[in-house]
Amino acid sequence: MSGQSTYHFKNPAVRWLDSRLPIISAMKVNALDFPTPKNLNYFWTFGGILTLFLGIQIVTGLVLAMHYTAHVDQAFNSVEEIMRDVNYGWLMRYMHANGASFFFIAVYIHIFRGLYYGSYKAPRELLWMIGVVILLIMMATAFMGYVLPWGQMSFWGATVITNLFSAIPLVGEPIVQWLWGGFAVGNPTLNRFYALHFLLPFVLAAVVFLHIWALHVPGNNNPTGVEVKSNKDTVPFHPYYTVKDFLAVIVFLIVYAAFVFYLPNYLGHTDNYIPADPLVTPAHIVPEWYFLPFYAILRAIPDKLGGVIAMFASIGILFLLPWLDTSKVRSAAFRPLYRQFFWILVLVCFGLGYLGSQPAEGGYVIASQILTAYYFLHFLVILPLLGLFEKTKPLPGSISESVLSKDKGGGPTDGGGGTVAAAAASAPEKRG
Amino acid sequence: MQKGCDPAGGAGRFGLSPGPFVAKNKAFSRKRSGAEGAERAFADQYFGDLDVAHAHTDTEEPTRRDFLYIATGAVTAVGVGAAIWPFIDQMNPDASVQALASIEVDISAIEVGQSLTVMWRGKPVFIRHRTEAEIAEAEAVPMSDLPDPLARNANLPESDPATDTNRAHAQGEAKPEWLLMIGVCTHLGCVPIGESGEYDGWFCPCHGSHYDTAGRIRKGPAPRNLDIPEYEFVSDTLVRVG
Ligand code: HEM
Ligand code: FES
Repeated sequence: MSGQSTYHFKNPAVRWLDSRLPIISAMKVNALDFPTPKNLNYFWTFGGILTLFLGIQIVTGLVLAMHYTAHVDQAFNSVEEIMRDVNYGWLMRYMHANGASFFFIAVYIHIFRGLYYGSYKAPRELLWMIGVVILLIMMATAFMGYVLPWGQMSFWGATVITNLFSAIPLVGEPIVQWLWGGFAVGNPTLNRFYALHFLLPFVLAAVVFLHIWALHVPGNNNPTGVEVKSNKDTVPFHPYYTVKDFLAVIVFLIVYAAFVFYLPNYLGHTDNYIPADPLVTPAHIVPEWYFLPFYAILRAIPDKLGGVIAMFASIGILFLLPWLDTSKVRSAAFRPLYRQFFWILVLVCFGLGYLGSQPAEGGYVIASQILTAYYFLHFLVILPLLGLFEKTKPLPGSISESVLSKDKGGGPTDGGGGTVAAAAASAPEKRG
Repeated sequence: MQKGCDPAGGAGRFGLSPGPFVAKNKAFSRKRSGAEGAERAFADQYFGDLDVAHAHTDTEEPTRRDFLYIATGAVTAVGVGAAIWPFIDQMNPDASVQALASIEVDISAIEVGQSLTVMWRGKPVFIRHRTEAEIAEAEAVPMSDLPDPLARNANLPESDPATDTNRAHAQGEAKPEWLLMIGVCTHLGCVPIGESGEYDGWFCPCHGSHYDTAGRIRKGPAPRNLDIPEYEFVSDTLVRVG
C-alpha cells in the first residue's frame, strides 16, 4: 500500500502526482490490474453490488436528511412531506427504504456464497470476520433507520429491540434507560438514533475498506477453492471482472427499480403508516423481513435471557466458523455431503424467516424451536464432524486445469454456480 | 537490520520499520545478545543524549525508566477513563426527563370493571377498578402456581410475596378494588391488552404472555409480574403516581 511505485506513467502530471502520493498506482494495483482467478462465477459480483448499494444509501440518505426532522412531534409528518411535497422526495425515500432491503438481499447472497465455497477458511479468516462485523453494523444501521419515520412499527420495533438488553442480569435496566435517554422510547431516543443512523454508514465504509484490504492480501477464493498457483490461473480485474460486475449490477438494479417504482411498499409494513402511539401496541409486531430469521430464534426460546443469547449467538457463531469447519477442502463442489447440508441450512434459514413472520403460538413455536436447534447443530456438530468423516472428491491440480477439463466436477458450472453464471463466465476463461 | 533485533524481525514484513519501539521492547527483554552494541547504537540514534533507551541494568531490577513507563501508562488510563465518562453519561435520562417524576390522576369516573390508561414517565400506567370476581379469582391462586413469587410493588419491601393484597397495595394501605400497574410487558416492553388472555387479566400480543387479574405473569416468555409504581391515595378520588 505504500512505497515507491513501479509504474511509469507517460503523462507528466500523473507522474508528478504518483511519485508524491502513489494513489494512481495503488488503484492500478488493487483495482485494474489486480490478478483475479479466472473462474469466478456470478456469485462473486455481489461484493461490487454491495459497495454500490452503500453508495446509494449514503446519497439518498443525505438527501432525506436535508428534509427530515428528528422530533417525535414532527418526524412522521416530515417523512410524509418528503413523500408528497419535496421534489422527487418520494423517489429518494423509496430508493432508500428499498435500498436497505436490496442491500440485505445482496449481503445474504454474498454470505451464503462464502459458506458454499468455504471462503472463510485459512488464510481468509480475518476477511470473513470483518465481513461479520459489517453485517452487524448494517443491522444496527437499518434498525435505527427504520425507527426514524416514527410510525407504529418504528416505535414498537425500537421498544422490543432495545428491551432485549434488559435481559442482561443486574445492569440490564440501567443500560436500557441509557439507550433510551429516558424511561421509555421517546424523543431523546429518536434523536440519538438519527445521529447514529447518519454516522454508521460512514463507519461501515471504513470497515469495508479494511475488508477489501484483507481480501487483497490472499486474493479471491474461487469456485474450486484451489489457491491460485500461477499466472495462468488469473486474469486482470479490468476489463474481465469490471465488465462482469457491471452486467450483474445492471440486472440487480433492474429488479431494484421494479420494486422502487411498482412495489415500493411491498417489503415494508403497512402499520408504519400509522403514527407512533406509545399507549397501543399493534396486535402483531414484526420486524423488517431481513431480521425475521433472528426474530424467530429470539422467540423460539421460552426464556427471556436465553432467547436474547440465542439470537446474538446465531450471528456470533459465524465468527467461529473458520475453526468449526474442520474440512481441509474449501469448496462444496468437492464436498458431496457438505453440499447437501449447505442446502438444508439455506432452507432452515428461509423456514426461520417464515416463522418469524407468524404469531408466536402453538405449532409455530415448536417449529421455530426445531429449526433453531438445527441451525446451531449445523455449526456446532455437523461441520466439525463432517471434516473428519466426509470423503471429498479429488481436487483439480489448478484453476486452469479445472477450467479446461470439461468432464470433471468443479469449475464454474458446478454446484451453486447457476446457469446464468456458467454461460457468461465462459468468455473470459477461454481468453485467459 | 541488525541481528540483535531478530525477535522483531517479523515486523518488517508487515510494513513497519523497526522504530524506537523495537529497540525499547528489546531493552525490556531478558535476552542479551552479542549484537547489543549495535542495538544501542540504534537506540542512541533515536534517543540521543536523553539516554533513556538503555537505562536498564544487566541485573533486570526495575529501573527509573520502567517506573516512568508504568506511571505514565496508569495516569493515561485514568485520564482517558475520566474523559470518556461525560461522553457516556450524557446519554442517561436528562434533568427534564427526571423532572417528570409524578402525576396526579382523578379516578372518580372509573366505574367498577373499567380501566384508565395514563402516561407516566413516557410509559402507560393501567388503573383498573376491579370487580369482585376478579379479586376473588386472584386471591384464590395458590402461591405455588406463580412463576414469579414476588410482589414487584415499589410501595412494599422487595422481598414481599405476590399475594393479591400485596399487588393492590398503595403507599401505606391496600385497596383491593384498585389495581395500579405499569402497562409494560416485562418481556420486551409491549403494552398488554386488558381483559384478555387465558387468565382473564392481560394478554401481551407480542410474544404471547398471559397475566392474571392481579397482573401476575402466568404463562409465556415474560419473566416478571407487571411492575407496580410508587403511588398513594391523596383522597378517595385522587391518586398520585410517582
Ligand atoms: C448502510 C446504509 C443505510 C441503511 C441500511 C439505511 C436504512 C434505512 C431504513 C431501513 C430507513 C427507514 C425507511 C423507511 O421505511 O422510511 C431509513 C431512513 C432514513 N435514513 Fe437511512 N440507511 C442508510 C444510510 C443512511 C445515511 C448515510 C443517511 C444520511 C446521510 C440516512 C438518512 C436517513 C433518513 C433521514 C431517514 C428517515 C427518512 C425515511 O424514513 O425515509 N440513511 N434508513
Ligand atoms: S413483549 Fe410482551 S410477550 Fe414479548
